[in-house]
Amino acid sequence: MVGRYESWGRYPRVRQSAVRLIWRHLSLPVSRDPHRSYLPFGNGRSYGDTCLNDGGILLDARGLDRFIAFDPEEGVLRCEAGVLLSQILDLVVPKGWFLPVLPGTKFVTLGGAIASDVHGKNHSREGTFGRHVRRFELLRSSGERRICSPGENPDWFRGTIGGLGLTGVILWAEIALRRIQSQNVISEAVPAPNLERLFEQLLDSSRNFEYVAAWIDCLARGENLGRGLLFRGNHAGAGSPALQRKSRRGFRVPLDFPVSPVNEVTVRLFNTLVYLAHEKLSSPTVTDYDVFLFELDRIEGSNRLYGPGGFLQYHCVVPLECGKPVVEGMLRLTFRQGMPSSLGVLKVFGALPSPGLLSFPRPGISFALDFPSPGPKVMRLLEEFDGIVSSAGGVVYPAKDARMAPAAFKAYYPQWEALEALRDPKFSSTFWRRVTKE
Amino acid sequence: MERILIIGATSAIAQATARLFAAEGASLFLVGRDPEKLRAVADDLRVRGARRVETMTMDAREYDRHLRLIEEARRSLGGLDTALIAHGTSPDQKACQTSFDLTRREFAANALSVISLLTHLANSFEHQGYGTLAVISSVAGDRGRQSNYVYGSAKAAVSTFLQGLRNRLHRSSVHVLTVKPGLVDTPMTAGLPKGFLWVRPEIVAAGIYRAIKSCKDVVYLPWFWYVVMRVICAIPEKLFKRMRL
Ligand SMILES: Cc1cc2nc3c(=O)[nH]c(=O)nc-3n(C[C@H](O)[C@H](O)[C@H](O)COP(=O)(O)OP(=O)(O)OC[C@H]3O[C@@H](n4cnc5c(N)ncnc54)[C@H](O)[C@@H]3O)c2cc1C
Ligand SMILES: NC(=O)c1ccc[n+]([C@@H]2O[C@H](COP(=O)([O-])OP(=O)(O)OC[C@H]3O[C@@H](n4cnc5c(N)ncnc54)[C@H](OP(=O)(O)O)[C@@H]3O)[C@@H](O)[C@H]2O)c1
Repeated sequence: MVGRYESWGRYPRVRQSAVRLIWRHLSLPVSRDPHRSYLPFGNGRSYGDTCLNDGGILLDARGLDRFIAFDPEEGVLRCEAGVLLSQILDLVVPKGWFLPVLPGTKFVTLGGAIASDVHGKNHSREGTFGRHVRRFELLRSSGERRICSPGENPDWFRGTIGGLGLTGVILWAEIALRRIQSQNVISEAVPAPNLERLFEQLLDSSRNFEYVAAWIDCLARGENLGRGLLFRGNHAGAGSPALQRKSRRGFRVPLDFPVSPVNEVTVRLFNTLVYLAHEKLSSPTVTDYDVFLFELDRIEGSNRLYGPGGFLQYHCVVPLECGKPVVEGMLRLTFRQGMPSSLGVLKVFGALPSPGLLSFPRPGISFALDFPSPGPKVMRLLEEFDGIVSSAGGVVYPAKDARMAPAAFKAYYPQWEALEALRDPKFSSTFWRRVTKE
Repeated sequence: MERILIIGATSAIAQATARLFAAEGASLFLVGRDPEKLRAVADDLRVRGARRVETMTMDAREYDRHLRLIEEARRSLGGLDTALIAHGTSPDQKACQTSFDLTRREFAANALSVISLLTHLANSFEHQGYGTLAVISSVAGDRGRQSNYVYGSAKAAVSTFLQGLRNRLHRSSVHVLTVKPGLVDTPMTAGLPKGFLWVRPEIVAAGIYRAIKSCKDVVYLPWFWYVVMRVICAIPEKLFKRMRL
């Protein structure tokens, strides 16, 4: 592939080599050095090190980009694992179908969506991505191939969903789509002056709106603490007018900033402007799904704004009843440590169980915060977060992580040993070695 | 809708090009030497909207099958509007220097097989009086360099053959397109280090698609290779022979 292999947060930087997988009927490349481990690589949209393999070999799956079969009556699609969700949408939306679960970026591969068992802004309604996977083929380093579904090889099915690429390479998968009447979403932004109001809006909106997420101004303090904007929407019904699709290369970050332009002053300015822009406006608008769901894709290479040092995201979920105190506690902690977050997002996870062995989503409040420049101060802050989250009975999302301690990981995911047992003996990742260290 | 024959249909550039035609409902006849690969490509193109996709397994050096292949493609698609020849190899220049046998095989894959196919295609398209013959040559054919002159001279043969063919077929309203890609990130070049001049096969495919639709004669893809090659061709041989290229 043209370009380097790095994760979205561009931290950590590792040395690894890569080979491209192109044909699903071929076996894995033979490595001359038997000690180097393999790891599948999707589109590098994981923030931390679940898609990195220091000293090992990445199996770049983006060459597995073919569709295999599409049934437009039943809405069942089979395609290779390197196909991007954006490409699936381009194919199925004009035919009246939609992906039931979409993360905040559409530039992830099908394999990556399964391996992290990703969730969207509609978790309460559709659960995780893995719930819509009917079956897939897994290729192991031994050359063995397994078709996995809830009925066939169910342990491998469960282990591979949310399995972080460790059980083998997913070659193709069959997924169930959902019907839509229109490609529009009717959406609105609701301002909330403080955390209390934001939580009320969040929980209230989840009843009547399919897609719900809240942006928090992580710099607002005092009586404004936790102020933010709630974004909510539903798919439009039949007859919603076709909108002119704007060419989606809104803006591109052309170069690496030697010094990150993201700092407290610019973020404060940005946050205030965003908040003020939406403070009054709250009448519902009709937008293309693409604009509503993939706000973050509008700036190509937005991760480079954080400069060469990269950035970290901390993403946790805690039980509903602890939601507000935990979020408040975490925000106050960032102020106390002098490390305010540049971006915070809240979502609600519903009761639908996640199908994967190591899936992250569970009922509760999901909170994600970005932190520029991963220095020792931030690391200490995030360790304190772990204290808050684990005592609330929450967990942290591996797909966003680059720093949690082995003890924290093992406490969050006591079932990790079951995944270890299913792991392909030749597969490993920087993440897995880090969190399973004795 | 267009009826297209593609030889070397499993190549990365050919696949990306075929997707653009499939999306508008074209019918395709795909030729390649690996049946499993062909099946994967054919299924993909069907899902992407191709009206009809047929495949045939053949090594491009099986010259005596070429005539039958074209007839078969014509019969199964009910006619041919476009033929795209895309297969090719990346010869090991050093190894060729010590083995004429290898050089001959590489020449067969990159030049003779193309010339054989074009001989039959030219007659068949001249007879029907319309259509496009598109062939992927290379910028490497514009000037011989010590690092890959076996490949380069084979592509030069193809380019010059096409030039003559274009001149001959102009009267019969048959469009002859020479495609000269620069550096493309495909399996053929997997072993090479990649820099800023490299592009993805989709970029080249879009250029091929446009050039077929707008009846271009010769296209450099991306366009800046036209400038690069003009400069390289302008260097006097006296100087050029001293350079390490
Ligand atoms: C802007 C942005 C917004 C995001 N929003 C969300 C969100 O709302 N919800 C959410 O859940 N996530 C979200 N994410 C995270 C992202 O969805 C996940 O990290 C996803 O796994 C990335 O997929 P990828 O294809 O880029 O794979 P990579 O990041 O390259 O790899 C992810 C994992 O998948 C494995 N993998 C990849 N391909 C295969 C394969 N073929 N077979 C087996 N294993 C494979 C890798 O080994 C690795 O463990 C977001 C990320 C970004 C950048
Ligand atoms: N990549 C570049 O930088 C570049 C630059 C200029 C020009 N080109 C030209 O572009 C064309 C396409 O190449 P690509 O870059 O897309 O590489 P590719 O994906 O490696 O494709 C090469 C194709 O040629 C096929 N092939 C080789 N020998 C064959 C034979 N004897 N019979 C039948 N098929 C044969 C291969 O079939 P298998 O799949 O069965 O091996 C493969 O499908 C080639 O003509 C190449 O010379 C490429």
